[in-house]
Amino acid sequence: MMDMIDVDHVSKRYGEKVAVDDLTFTVQPGIVTGFLGPNGAGKSTTMRMILGLDAPTSGSVQVNGKAYRDLAAPLHEIGAMLEARAIHTGRSAYNHLLAMAQTHGIPRSRVTEVIDLVGLTDVARKRAGGFSLGMGQRLGIASALLGDPATVILDEPANGLDPEGILWIRNLLKSLAADGRTVFLSSHLMSEIALTAEHLVVVGRGRLIADTSVAEIVAQASENAAVRVRTPDATALRDALAADGVSVRSDERGVLEVHGLSSERIGELAAQQSIVLHELTPQTASLEEAFMRLTGDSVEYHAAAFTATLTPELEHAA
Amino acid sequence: MSTAVATDRTAASPAAPPRGRVTQANVLRSEWTKLWTLRSTRWSLLAAVVAMAGLGILIAAVQMGRWTHLDPHERAVYDSIDTGVGGYHLAQLAIGVLGVLVISGEYSTGMIRSSFMAVPKRLPVLWAKIGVFAAVTFVLMLVASLVSFFGVQAIVTGHHLQHSLGDPHALRVVVGTALFLTVLGILSIGIGGLVRNTAGGIALFVFLLFVLPGITAILPASIADSINPYLPLNAGFTVATSTFENGNHLSPWGGFALFFGYAALAVGAAAVGLLRRDA
Repeated sequence: MMDMIDVDHVSKRYGEKVAVDDLTFTVQPGIVTGFLGPNGAGKSTTMRMILGLDAPTSGSVQVNGKAYRDLAAPLHEIGAMLEARAIHTGRSAYNHLLAMAQTHGIPRSRVTEVIDLVGLTDVARKRAGGFSLGMGQRLGIASALLGDPATVILDEPANGLDPEGILWIRNLLKSLAADGRTVFLSSHLMSEIALTAEHLVVVGRGRLIADTSVAEIVAQASENAAVRVRTPDATALRDALAADGVSVRSDERGVLEVHGLSSERIGELAAQQSIVLHELTPQTASLEEAFMRLTGDSVEYHAAAFTATLTPELEHAA
Repeated sequence: MSTAVATDRTAASPAAPPRGRVTQANVLRSEWTKLWTLRSTRWSLLAAVVAMAGLGILIAAVQMGRWTHLDPHERAVYDSIDTGVGGYHLAQLAIGVLGVLVISGEYSTGMIRSSFMAVPKRLPVLWAKIGVFAAVTFVLMLVASLVSFFGVQAIVTGHHLQHSLGDPHALRVVVGTALFLTVLGILSIGIGGLVRNTAGGIALFVFLLFVLPGITAILPASIADSINPYLPLNAGFTVATSTFENGNHLSPWGGFALFFGYAALAVGAAAVGLLRRDA
């Protein structure tokens, strides 16, 4: 089956700054693909190029086998919600959607339908300029679904939403996926994406870092995960574990963090030497850690040296 | 609210809604909706209509009330045709600013991205904006200048200064005023599309039309005389007047054609920019 979105060796420069650097990936039909990367990694720029808003400096982007510009009815093929608002603040939600619908000859009944679908019925006749962030996101989603497209692109849909809004977005993504739609979803938070995405495209500094399934990324990250061992005889244990490819760290008295050995093997080695263990815990790598490991070298804006100890959420909040 | 989303395929897309496609007619319909669904547009158009219809009548009423106090020269050259369309002095500002806003308002709010996502070929949006705005401006301004013309004639009848539409220049001036304001609107849409910024667009519009003539006024007369007729406003204005201060002007339709050329140039440049630049 044809790829829904095909990004082929795309680069985008703004003057000296390279926003996207030779990026190649495809978005497969019928699944949710996460587009992940730190802030400033080039995600929004890539999405704008997919939607024909920005022209690539080199390379090409195709949607359903065509350049976006050549689609005869783009709203029926691909619906998009961009991170930046794309609505005239002086116009009501209803009239905004109506004007969009009219470009394709979509009937008014569909406008009312998507307004109901996103829960904006009560405020549909009010000026969009007065909308809260959450209402603005809902209106963006309504615009994306207006043409009932098989492919939906959402740029950071959960950004700035309150918990209720985030839950709403999650449910929406699940229902879109259940519909069998192709969803391409960007986020700088692994946790948001991991809930719904099957496939991941990870970028950093405009370059492709990974193009793989979510399961694979977790497996890879866990392979090299640490085991936490607490023992009254740390020195003896450290000697017992010493071998090629094994690293032992101790940040706390009596606690070792062991890389390169399974917890089973550590337990066996300790038993052979009759070393008492008080705790033996495999540290499963969270998706967030996996993501940090992947993008660690490519974060655009390092706040300071301590950034690495923050989770991306905290980094974002700061 | 979150329950609204827990829906199956049927709610998201009931019975496969009819599939349309982008056509110039559809985009025109969309731009018609866009024009009338903004409060700023409705107020600007109302202001233009009131100014165009009312200012000439107001001036005529004042002039007739003070007729005996006017000096003989003023009375001798008084022309009720020009007074009849005098409202354009004010209407042109409302039309020009609105023309800039029609495009720059989309850039400043981000709406342009929605417009171009729906119509990725982009130019149909520009043509539709021009078509809708030009049609609305022409109809409203033609009606308003007819109202103003007949209102003024009724007022000046007491002093036997009235003209009928059949008199030389009269019909040309009335229709010409509406045409002049229409092309002015097209020119300012071009400026808005070129500058893509409301403040900058309005500044450029005001500079070209109102500041430039002031600059040539301080040049030596020999230079000013050879430049002045070709300035946008002076050229366009020829079609909307029956009297001229001196012989240094283009013919009514020649001047209007040049003015139209300026508008076409601005629109052409805007079209190239629209296609080449990122939205």
